Amino acid sequence: MFAQDVGGMQRNSLEKLGDSGLYVLEDIGRMGLYLLLALKGIFRRPFRFAEFMRQMHFIGAGSMMVIFCTAASTGMVLGLQGYYSLNKFGAEGMLGSAVSLTLIMELGPVLTAIMVAGRAGSAMCAELGIMRISEQIDALECMAVDPFRYLISPKFLAALVSIPLLTALFDVVGIAGGYVAGVHLMGVNPGSYLEGMRTSVTNHDLRLGMVKSFVFALLVVWICTGRGYFIYKIRGAGFGAQSVSRMTTQAVVYSSIAVLIFDYLLTAVLL
Amino acid sequence: MSEFAIEFKDVVKSFAKKNGDRQMILDHVNFSIPIGKTTVIAGGSGQGKSVTLKLILGLMPVDSGRIFVGGVDVTGVRGRELEQLRTRFGVLFQGSALFDSLSVYENIALPLRERTSKSEQEIRAQVDTILQQLELTGHDEKFPAQLSGGMRKRVGLARALQLKPEIMLFDEPTTGLDPVMTQDIYKLFARTQEQVGYTAVIVSHDIPKVFNLADEVIVLNNGKVDVFSSPEAMQWSREPHIVEFVENTMGEIYQSHLVEQ
Repeated sequence: MFAQDVGGMQRNSLEKLGDSGLYVLEDIGRMGLYLLLALKGIFRRPFRFAEFMRQMHFIGAGSMMVIFCTAASTGMVLGLQGYYSLNKFGAEGMLGSAVSLTLIMELGPVLTAIMVAGRAGSAMCAELGIMRISEQIDALECMAVDPFRYLISPKFLAALVSIPLLTALFDVVGIAGGYVAGVHLMGVNPGSYLEGMRTSVTNHDLRLGMVKSFVFALLVVWICTGRGYFIYKIRGAGFGAQSVSRMTTQAVVYSSIAVLIFDYLLTAVLL
Repeated sequence: MSEFAIEFKDVVKSFAKKNGDRQMILDHVNFSIPIGKTTVIAGGSGQGKSVTLKLILGLMPVDSGRIFVGGVDVTGVRGRELEQLRTRFGVLFQGSALFDSLSVYENIALPLRERTSKSEQEIRAQVDTILQQLELTGHDEKFPAQLSGGMRKRVGLARALQLKPEIMLFDEPTTGLDPVMTQDIYKLFARTQEQVGYTAVIVSHDIPKVFNLADEVIVLNNGKVDVFSSPEAMQWSREPHIVEFVENTMGEIYQSHLVEQ
């Protein structure tokens, strides 16, 4: 009797494991196909230029203030902490180099992507989720309007253009913040700050930063819009308003984790 | 050319339940919807009425069986073919499914902008005409959130009629409307059907009112269908589940028929 119970429990656990495995594979397949259709939709005519510009304004211009504040704060903290560390070795002249390389290769792309995921990614997920549960996406399909070309692809293109631009803004503001903290507050020589930056930052470093920001942009827009679009197919999402709030949270968490994982992978491969 | 707008041949559709079993929604179902007529699909909650509409539109795949539209097998069509198929349909959703970030005018103009090469002037003229026909003049700049339930249905109908559909599908079109508004909406359906000449398929709980429009009735019950050539034929059925359905949904009318007899 006992042996039968244990056997049943083991079979039950195996079934659950298999079921979860199948669900994860199905989700990956669905999201992979979604990515292909969204990228294909960018090239499908007629191109929705007005919607693209609206999304550029929302993702790009709308995120400038939060990027500006985050970059200024990060750059100033880097300036102060960098000075504290470098001063121990009498190398405070390297402050410009340390701040700029850290921002351009690492913090700029990562923090920009995470801030955009929190501000615009969550909104895109909620918008698509609400459109899905209120049958607006079904209505588009029934009118023979491709929802990818109409809704999703303009968001993809706008994110792929605006997030690298926001990253560039982050880098510039962060370096300026480091300059203010290092030069004006801690007394580092302005010439050595700028010269250190000029001599240490290479085209390779800039390329690495831009490649990262482009990949992160794709991850953020893919995961955030995908979670909203498939809200009704995601296990444990629930129903109605609750499902939208859960998926919005999941979209931001998943995209932030994906950014951090890919940050390591890209650094390991491209550095 | 088939005499039927839509045909279901041996269609099976089921969903997975939490315990791993399958819940049978349509179990080897056969029915035909004649061209130019109004067919009401009735049945209790969870009997697969809305699923039937989604199968017709290709929003869900069938497990097995074939679906024909205008005599052409459309089972499993995808891509451009599916888009082409959908241009033959107009759909009025249960919640109207209006785009809440677009105005009434933009909602109605959307299918014309996306699916035709008409100029903005021609689109304006066409939208103005339908706004007038559906008594929505003056509301074109409003957003869906600013409209009453009945007005939202009328805007949804206006949008669905823009591409002159051969077949109109109505999914619970009077849910949430008061009795007066319900009557107005049904009159509107009858009038637009006369003008456009579409085949109407109405999924509804609103029995017996919706039977005033019906030429045929299809009753879904535990995965099976019963097809009746008229609402009256359904009322006089001796099948136990139909008798129960009629008594539950049209009790008073049914009883008055018995008294008259």
